[in-house]
Amino acid sequence: MDAGLLGQFVANGMMLGMMYALVAVGFTLFFGVLDVIKFSHGDVLMVGTFAGFSAYLGLSAMGIDNVFVQLVGILVVAVCSMAFLGAVIARYLVLPLKSAPPLNILLITLMLGTVLREAVRLFFPDGSNPKPFPYLLPTDTWSFGSFTLRADSVILLLGGLLVIVGVHVLINKTKMGLAMRAVAQDEETAKCMGINFNMIVLLTFALGSGVAAFAGVMNGLYYNEINFSMGLLLGVIGFSAAIIGGLGNIYGAILGGFLFAALQTVGAVALPFSSAYKDVFAFAVVIALMVWRPTGLIAEKSSERV
Amino acid sequence: MSVLRKSTVSAIALAMVLTVGSGLAEAKDKVKVGFIGPLTGGVSANGIGGRNSADLAVQLRNADANAKYEYEMVALDDECKPNVGVQVATKAASDKHIIGGVTHYCSAVAIGAVDIYNKFGLPVIVWAAVLPDITYGNKHKEVHRVNGTMINQNDVAADFVAGLGYRNWVIIHDTTDYGKGHNKYFSEALAKSGGKILATFGVTSEQQDFTAELTKAKALNPDVIYFGGLTPIGVRIRSQMEKLGIAAEFQGTSGIMSDAFITGLGPLAEGTLAFREGAPVDKLPGGKFFVQKYKEQGYPESPEAYGPFAFAAMNLLLDTIEEVGPNRKKVRKVLNKTSDRDSIVGKISFDDHGQNTVAAITKYVVQDGKWVVWEDSEYASGKRMLVGMK
Repeated sequence: MDAGLLGQFVANGMMLGMMYALVAVGFTLFFGVLDVIKFSHGDVLMVGTFAGFSAYLGLSAMGIDNVFVQLVGILVVAVCSMAFLGAVIARYLVLPLKSAPPLNILLITLMLGTVLREAVRLFFPDGSNPKPFPYLLPTDTWSFGSFTLRADSVILLLGGLLVIVGVHVLINKTKMGLAMRAVAQDEETAKCMGINFNMIVLLTFALGSGVAAFAGVMNGLYYNEINFSMGLLLGVIGFSAAIIGGLGNIYGAILGGFLFAALQTVGAVALPFSSAYKDVFAFAVVIALMVWRPTGLIAEKSSERV
Repeated sequence: MSVLRKSTVSAIALAMVLTVGSGLAEAKDKVKVGFIGPLTGGVSANGIGGRNSADLAVQLRNADANAKYEYEMVALDDECKPNVGVQVATKAASDKHIIGGVTHYCSAVAIGAVDIYNKFGLPVIVWAAVLPDITYGNKHKEVHRVNGTMINQNDVAADFVAGLGYRNWVIIHDTTDYGKGHNKYFSEALAKSGGKILATFGVTSEQQDFTAELTKAKALNPDVIYFGGLTPIGVRIRSQMEKLGIAAEFQGTSGIMSDAFITGLGPLAEGTLAFREGAPVDKLPGGKFFVQKYKEQGYPESPEAYGPFAFAAMNLLLDTIEEVGPNRKKVRKVLNKTSDRDSIVGKISFDDHGQNTVAAITKYVVQDGKWVVWEDSEYASGKRMLVGMK
C-alpha cells in the first residue's frame, strides 16, 4: 500500500473519528456532572440536523442565497435550538428523576429518542425519505498521487477541532467550567460553596446537545444526505466511544471516538473478510477492551466515590 | 354510560342504514384486491408510483360499465423491510375478502413473503422485485411475476458494458438477498463476457460511510464500479466516489432507476448506467395510453420506472377475476395458464414457475438529469463520452 492511499484512509478515518468524538463528548459530559446516561443523544443530533436543514430551506425561501449566511444560519439555528432542547430535557425529564435509580433515566431517554425519531419521520414533510443536504462548502480538491484532499473535509475537520478546543477551554479555563467540574466531583460540597446546581446541570446538557447538533450539521455537510434514522447508529457508536475512553472523561471520549473510527476503517480495509462485517469487528474489539479495562482507557479521576 | 350506549346504538343504526343504502344504490358486488409495496422509507418513491399505477387500473375498471364487480384496492406498506413485509403479507393473505394481490418492489421482502402467500393460498403477481428465486426458488402456484429477473438483467448488463471496452470492475453490493443476487449473477455473466473483477465489497443497506471501501477500490484503479443495491446507498456511494476523486464509470442496476437517484445527486448522476426489464414507457405498446390516463387521474407523484408493471399486473388480476369470479383458487388456476396476453408492457406469458418469459432488457444512461434509453442518448451517438471510455 502506498503512502497516498494510507493518507486517504487516515483522512477518512479522521473525519469519522471527529464526528464520533463530538457525540461521545456529550455522553461523557452528562455522565460527568450527573452520573446519567442520556440515550436520546443521537436523536437530538438528528433533530438538530433537521432544524438546521429547515433553516436552510427557510433562508432559501426568503431568497437569501449567500452561502456564508446560509451556513451561519444553519449552525446557529441547529446549535441553539438543540442547546435549548437539551436544557428542557434536563429540566423536565432528568432532574426530577435524579434520585431515582439510574435505570429509569436511561429508559426514559431511550423512549424519548424513539419519540423524537418517529416525530421527524411522521411530521417533517416527506420525512421518511432521505433529504439531500445542500453543498455549502467549497469543493476544491488537491490531489497528491492517490491521495485526494477536499477543501470541505479540511474545513469540517478544523471546525470540529475548534469545537473540541472550545469545550476544553470552557471546562478548564472559565468559572462556569470550574463550577461544572466542582459539581462533577462532589454535588453536596459544590452546593455548599454557593454553586447553583440546577443551573449547572442545565448548562451542561445545553452544551452537550449543542455540540451534538454541530456534529449533525457536520455529518450533513460531509455526506450531503440526511435521514431520520441517522442518529441511531451515531448515538450507539458515540456511547461506545465514551465508554471505551472512560465515561466522564472528555479526553477519553475524544480518544474513544477516533479509536472507533480507526477500528471501523481497519475492519473494512485490512481484514480478509467482507467489509460488511466492519461494525461487527469494531464492536467486538470494544467488548474486548471493556473486559480488559472496565473503567475505560482513561478512567475518570473521581470515579471512586465514597 | 347511558349516553355512550345510546351513541353506540345510533352509530350502529346509522352504519346499517348506510350499508343498506349503498347496497341498494350499487348492484355490483364488492371485491377487494391487495397492493403491497414500500410506501415509506428510502425507496418509497417507487412504491408510491407503483401504488398509484395499480390504483389507476382499479379506477379505470370501476369506471367501466361492463365490469362485473366493483373493486376496492387495499394498499399496504412493506417499508422495504423483510420483517414488516411478512406482517403485511400475512395481513393481506389472511383477509378472506382479498382475492388477489399485486405485491412487492423489494426482492428481500418478496422472497420472505412468497411462502405466506402459498400457505394462505393468496394468488399474487409480483410487480417489480427481480430476484430469480422469488419464482424459481419454489414451486408455489400462487406466485407470479410480470417483470423479468436479475439474471436477464445482468446478462445484458455484463455483455453491454464489456462491449463498450471496459475491462476491470469493482463490485459493491448490499448484503440483502437482492444485492447478493445481483453480485452473483453479474459476476457469473461478467466471467463469460471477459471482464475482470478486481474486488467485491458487501455493505449493509443502512451504511452511511463508504469511504473505506471506496478508497480500497480506488487503489485497484477499476474502469467501472458496479453497484448492486437500491437508490439511497447508491446516491451515497456515487457522491462519496466524487469526494475521493475516483474517476470510474458508475454502473447500477434496476434498483437505482428512479427519479430520486437523480434528484439526490444532481449533476453527479450524469453518465450513470442502469438496466431494466421491459421497454421504456413511451415505447411500450400501451405506453401512451398509460401516461395519459395517469395524468388524467392527477396523482401528485410520478409513476416511476415500475409503475407500468404494477398497472399491467393489476389489470391482469382484475381481468382474471372478471373471468372466473372472486374465488382465490379459480383465479390462481387461470393465472397459471396465462399466455400471450396483451398488456401495456407487452405480451405476458407465465412459465410453470409463474415467471413472465418475455423479458426484454433496456439499457439506460443518465443524460441531463433524465434516464435516457442508451440507443437514443448522445453517449451512443458518440457526442458525449462515458468516464474512461476509449
